[in-house]
Amino acid sequence: MLTGMPLDGRIVHEFRSILGHSGVISSPEELHTYECDGLTNFRVMPCAVLLPTSTEQVQAIVHICHREKIPFVARGSGTGLSGGALPVENGIVLSLARMNRILEVDIPNARVVVEPGVINLDVTGRVQGHEYFYAPDPSSQSVCSIGGNVAENSGGAHCLKYGFTTTHVLGLEVVLPDGSLVHLGGKTLDTPGYDLAGVFVGSEGTLGVATKIILRIVKRPECVRTLLAAFPSTNEAGAAVSGIIAAGMLPAAIEMMDNLAIQAAEAAVHANYPDCGGLLLVELDGPVAEVEALLIHVEEISRSNGAWEIRVAQTDAERALVWKGRKAAFAAVGRISPNYIVQDGVIPRTALPQVMSEIERLSKENGLRVANVFHAGDGNLHPLVLYDRRIPGQEDAALALSFKILELCIAAGGSITGEHGVGEEKKSMMGKMFAEPDLATMQRVRCAFDPFQLSNPTKVFPTPRLCGEKPGEYVPHPLETAGLAERF
Amino acid sequence: MLNETENLFRGLLGSEAVHRTSPADAVSAVQPQFIVEPATEQQLAAALRLAHESKLAVIPRGGGTKLSWGNPPSRADLLLSTARLNRVLEHAWADLTVTIGAGCTIQTLQQTLAQHGQRLALDPLWPEKATVGGILSTNDSGALRLRFGALRDLIIGVTIALPDGTLASSGGKVVKNVAGYDLPKLATGALGTLGVITRAVFRLHPLPRNTRSFSVSAGHPDQAQKLVLAIQDSKLAHVALQIHFRAETPPSLDVLFEGPEAGLDAQATQLRSLCQSAGISEASPNVWNARQNLWPPPNSAAGVALGDSPEAFPLAIAKISILPADLAGTIALIRRAADSSHLRWKSLLYATGLGWLRLEGPAENVHHALISLRRNLEKSGGSLALLHRPAAFPAFDAWGTPADSLPLMQAVKRQLDPSHILNPGRFLSGL
Repeated sequence: MLTGMPLDGRIVHEFRSILGHSGVISSPEELHTYECDGLTNFRVMPCAVLLPTSTEQVQAIVHICHREKIPFVARGSGTGLSGGALPVENGIVLSLARMNRILEVDIPNARVVVEPGVINLDVTGRVQGHEYFYAPDPSSQSVCSIGGNVAENSGGAHCLKYGFTTTHVLGLEVVLPDGSLVHLGGKTLDTPGYDLAGVFVGSEGTLGVATKIILRIVKRPECVRTLLAAFPSTNEAGAAVSGIIAAGMLPAAIEMMDNLAIQAAEAAVHANYPDCGGLLLVELDGPVAEVEALLIHVEEISRSNGAWEIRVAQTDAERALVWKGRKAAFAAVGRISPNYIVQDGVIPRTALPQVMSEIERLSKENGLRVANVFHAGDGNLHPLVLYDRRIPGQEDAALALSFKILELCIAAGGSITGEHGVGEEKKSMMGKMFAEPDLATMQRVRCAFDPFQLSNPTKVFPTPRLCGEKPGEYVPHPLETAGLAERF
Repeated sequence: MLNETENLFRGLLGSEAVHRTSPADAVSAVQPQFIVEPATEQQLAAALRLAHESKLAVIPRGGGTKLSWGNPPSRADLLLSTARLNRVLEHAWADLTVTIGAGCTIQTLQQTLAQHGQRLALDPLWPEKATVGGILSTNDSGALRLRFGALRDLIIGVTIALPDGTLASSGGKVVKNVAGYDLPKLATGALGTLGVITRAVFRLHPLPRNTRSFSVSAGHPDQAQKLVLAIQDSKLAHVALQIHFRAETPPSLDVLFEGPEAGLDAQATQLRSLCQSAGISEASPNVWNARQNLWPPPNSAAGVALGDSPEAFPLAIAKISILPADLAGTIALIRRAADSSHLRWKSLLYATGLGWLRLEGPAENVHHALISLRRNLEKSGGSLALLHRPAAFPAFDAWGTPADSLPLMQAVKRQLDPSHILNPGRFLSGL
């Protein structure tokens, strides 16, 4: 692992002189809060947590980190599910929570400029009076931050139609790992040069720290209709999804839950879901006449694929309840199991029946229950592997099972992560999804941004690599001579 | 020396894959010596590596329709053609994705997709000749971008060959995927300066069941601006919105709708009530050829304006990018610059804030107008890229002033193309 020296008092003092006493957390009791993110089975204590309130402060901190070669991990709300904000040993955590101002709202141009600590849902809150919304809607949207969304390229149920965070980020102000400040993209489209904003979004904090983000907002559609269809199993529900797509429709969202997930959601929020083997939630939005026509079509397709009950949410309150059950599904699994692991694989939609039966087989083989919640429209699976940590060996078995499911996704031509990121959790799977030259090329891009590997250095990639400026002109790093790292 | 190098390529790729160039192969008046046409991605990567080892400057070429975009190359030794990588590798129609060789033309791609009622939801220039690799490298997009996004939003996977012979894939074959860096976006719009795209994977959209186009006449640019903002701020589900401006006639807007018939009637009614006093009429789908019609037909001599302009004036075409609320202000700037330089002009702007400007007149005057326009657009956060320039045009950088991220872009370039063999001198600030 690439890490700096433990912090000495001189450096802590320097951080305090930049941030004041309230901006530096270094007592062990308080540091505990930051030892993990939403992925709680990995924990590392940081040396210190810094809470800057301005871009200048972020720059000053990163300058010191660069000078002293101290690794840093930027953190938003800490809701990530892959350990992206897990601290690095001997490193600091840069919490952007206090940089939470909405700096500019420009309705005519449909742009909003925010600091990274702004909460996702607050962007919509700020523009809904004008009937606009911020489209990416991860299930944690009431608490997760835009900075974290940028790092992970967060999705959500509605990205089927509206795209991901990267679709809605037009520009960024970024503090690079050497402390310099750059602007990527901008308020206008196609700024000259490489699309580095496109590279930065989804880079999981490994390329620098975003301090300002220019977002695109979207006008609310004329109407929204949400349909709930109950099927005997996920196979029939999956066939209905294929039918909807084949009919040339692009719904705002298509979500699927299996029976175990439905039971959990019912136990937690009483969403009044029908008790069935496969539940489909289809949301259509757009002009009234179009949506009404398509809704009839979706009903027909559902029935012809075996749906035995179809409901259309009649009021906003009913619609909200339908979504509440879906968005609470992960946490709800806590009602039916003491512990669980959430995975985030993606498969081509057509592989769904085959992958589902494989998951079922693995579940039986390993004696572990798996609940399934999907963004079915785009093939994003969230299998929840249920286990009990108190039973010796079960956590390891659950983890192994969740990785086997990801291998199924790779074999089906899919991906190990659709929206949660690779982070700490899945970096060992990267070598199964990508060939060595693919990963090496990504690492070369990383070297352009962060030659000393200070920004979230241990995440995403399975093997650390060092960045030599030119072959033959470098001094070997101790890790390299020890055979623990490679260099380009 | 030339023969020696040429023989190395023949040895590597076979004789049929290496040809001498003709004057028609010149790139912005710089003459490369030979063309190589690898038959596979592996061959292309090997050819690139050989060029790198032989310190030869490489100009990647697809259909050649936009080969003059960008600054003239500082060196050009060989054209690396993707013409033989022209297969549709996999149309996974039920998953709405396609994997395609970089040398496939857009027309062939669209015809293949149409067999299953699908399309790449993009309207690039010269689809019958333009290739996948070419439109990606130049980031070409048209009116459909308003609804479906640009290539960066449609590409989900890419394979690129690097000068050291690496063949690297990133992204994948599924629409939703955040594993690893988003190199498809890095390759898009990089003008072939980081690597040569050998294949791409796109997300697809269904072909529309019905389409309807409407034209709205506006009295003056301010009214056009108001209409654009009103339509954008409305609940209409239009897929494209463009505005024509020209010196002598009042501006007009075109609006495109797609969808089920019932929905379209309601949309038309709403558009009418929104436009009220402005004249509105159903339009031919041909209005969406307006962007391509700004150009002289491909292969006509540069500087000879054809089509609706009978006189042979030097001709320049620029892509501009502004904020959507600055359309009218930008037109005022264009008018002032064109009038003071005695130029004929025509502009096509989209509701996204992207647009196209055609200027005709003596080269010196065009040059003068472009300098002042770029200065003003950049001042308000916009940009101007000169894509088509007359022969014997005074020095004018095609891309404009780089942002503070230039050193970072240069670092990325150094990592992937350390000896600057790919399209040298052509992109922003020599990237």
